[in-house]
Amino acid sequence: MKRIKLALIPYSAYALIFIVAPILLILLYSFQDSSGSFTLENYARFFDLSDPVYLKVLWRSIKLAVISTVICLILGYPMAYILSRLPARIRGTVSFLFILPMWMNFLLRTYSWMSLLERTGLINSLIGWFNGILPSALQLPTLDIMYTQWAVVLGNVYNFLPFMILPIYTVLIKIDKSLIEAAQDLGASRGRVFRKVIFPLSLSGVVSGISMTFMPAVTTFVISRLLGGGQNALIGDMIENQFKVVGDWGFGSAMSVILMVLILLTMNVIQRYESENSGGSVLM
Amino acid sequence: MSENLIRLENVHKDYGGKQVLKSINLSVRDKEFVTLLGPSGCGKTTTLRIIGGFETPTSGVVYFDDQKYNDVPPHKRQVNTVFQRYALFPHLDVFENVAFGLRIRKTPESEVRDSVSKMLRLVNLSGYEKRSVTSLSGGEQQRIAIARALVNRPRVLLLDEPLGALDLKLRKEMQTELKHIQTQLGITFIYVTHDQEEALTMSDTVVVMNRGRIQQIGTPIGIYNEPINAFVADFIGESNIVDGVMNEDLVCTFAGRTFECTDSGFEKDELVDVVIRPEDLKMVPPEDGMLQGVVESIVFKGVHYEMTVRCGDMTWLVHSTLPEVCGTFVGLKVAPFDIHIMRKSEAEDEEN
Repeated sequence: MKRIKLALIPYSAYALIFIVAPILLILLYSFQDSSGSFTLENYARFFDLSDPVYLKVLWRSIKLAVISTVICLILGYPMAYILSRLPARIRGTVSFLFILPMWMNFLLRTYSWMSLLERTGLINSLIGWFNGILPSALQLPTLDIMYTQWAVVLGNVYNFLPFMILPIYTVLIKIDKSLIEAAQDLGASRGRVFRKVIFPLSLSGVVSGISMTFMPAVTTFVISRLLGGGQNALIGDMIENQFKVVGDWGFGSAMSVILMVLILLTMNVIQRYESENSGGSVLM
Repeated sequence: MSENLIRLENVHKDYGGKQVLKSINLSVRDKEFVTLLGPSGCGKTTTLRIIGGFETPTSGVVYFDDQKYNDVPPHKRQVNTVFQRYALFPHLDVFENVAFGLRIRKTPESEVRDSVSKMLRLVNLSGYEKRSVTSLSGGEQQRIAIARALVNRPRVLLLDEPLGALDLKLRKEMQTELKHIQTQLGITFIYVTHDQEEALTMSDTVVVMNRGRIQQIGTPIGIYNEPINAFVADFIGESNIVDGVMNEDLVCTFAGRTFECTDSGFEKDELVDVVIRPEDLKMVPPEDGMLQGVVESIVFKGVHYEMTVRCGDMTWLVHSTLPEVCGTFVGLKVAPFDIHIMRKSEAEDEEN
């Protein structure tokens, strides 16, 4: 016991210096004006209803993150399910293929989407080529989503999909096969087995997946800047802007705190919903 | 309704080229308690899973009530299973676990309540409705698994080593209880176990299996008293099995002398297995014994003592209620009808 306590010291020190202290600092900054005295001005500015520019950005961030998360779930769950049903020897290779893009730099991946989606990018060149050989009645429209919110959603989904698939897949492969047989034995058809046993048992994976896609999606600033252009700035862009361009650390900190509280609240709600339904969760 | 509820006809099962079941022929009567007994890997669980619909036979036919059942999926069979490790649904409470099958069949709510509470009473777990199944002990989980299967009023209940994970005392209790439930509800039970005592206590019919083949089918008494080959004799109860020669009808030779026995119909001088139950060897003064030897070890077993007696290069297992001191020179006597002569097992010859 004593030895375990000793071993905890470096970790506690790490947590204190690199996690607790920065959060406290941000909290502190958020209540300070530029001269360092106490103020609520930073928060008041954010929630100013006469000029809700920041609330609009927050709303857009949440909206795009929710849309991206839902799309990730719709794409990711069936994928995870199919993956979990594959024979064990193929399963390893296929899940490896899903992780493979994650080995590449995140920025690089996002930049490559830029060149794919651009007005003169690869996709539109292909469409142009097809239009060249297709009769005029079958002309394809050019893809023009670069610098729109849809491009941001696409970037989010592309980058965060593996984080949805993997936790669901991990939970699915751990479900005891005899539970599925028991459900069949008690009269459940394939669809019923899925609805009454497999899906409820995989909820903890779904919750982790949602957490792991929603959190980076709501805070991202790289994807929105590269694919969304200036007019689709998200809360992450605003925070970065305050620190790096404007230099108003107090306001930037206040926005960080608001975002943090928001994430904590959402996660809490989801977790509570999940633990009521199945007990046992993966995150938090 | 035909007399045989379930019939397996010449069922074979291969797994990746390996034969795990070889020409299984088995009939189960309505309301019968049948036990598939054998060592692990003998094919007993595979046989059960074929009846449950979780495996399809490579060849052969499964009949249920004279209907061909091979391609009927598990959820359409009038059969329910109690799984080896219970397989209770961890996301549902006790009530919902038991009610699962009824809900699938869209039973009216009032009927669900009635049936579930009746079943919980049957397995002595009334009042457990709202408990989480993960909080239950092994024995309680086992009972819930049984209630969950029985609530659907199956024609046949399949039990895959259901008591394997319980301690000895609980196992004995559950054996009696299961037998009681079976007679009370009048349901056919097909029970898989590797525990010969369990098989003998509970069953109407015991099916002894080894290496994917049925070795013998019979009543517990029949199988114990008249094992068909050395494998069955060895697996059911304890036995002394020695090589012998059948000189002629009613006369055999083993352990260096000739004995009178009650078997006939063997070839002259055919090599056989001679099986003698330890309780059939009587310890007598050396001069009265057919064999003489020295007591090598003695272990107290509760009702009897288990002793080994060394006669030359052979060791005999003897059960007796009277102890004998190690090192004593004793005689052993056996009655002619307690000497069981068996043909050398054909199945094993084929394998080796």
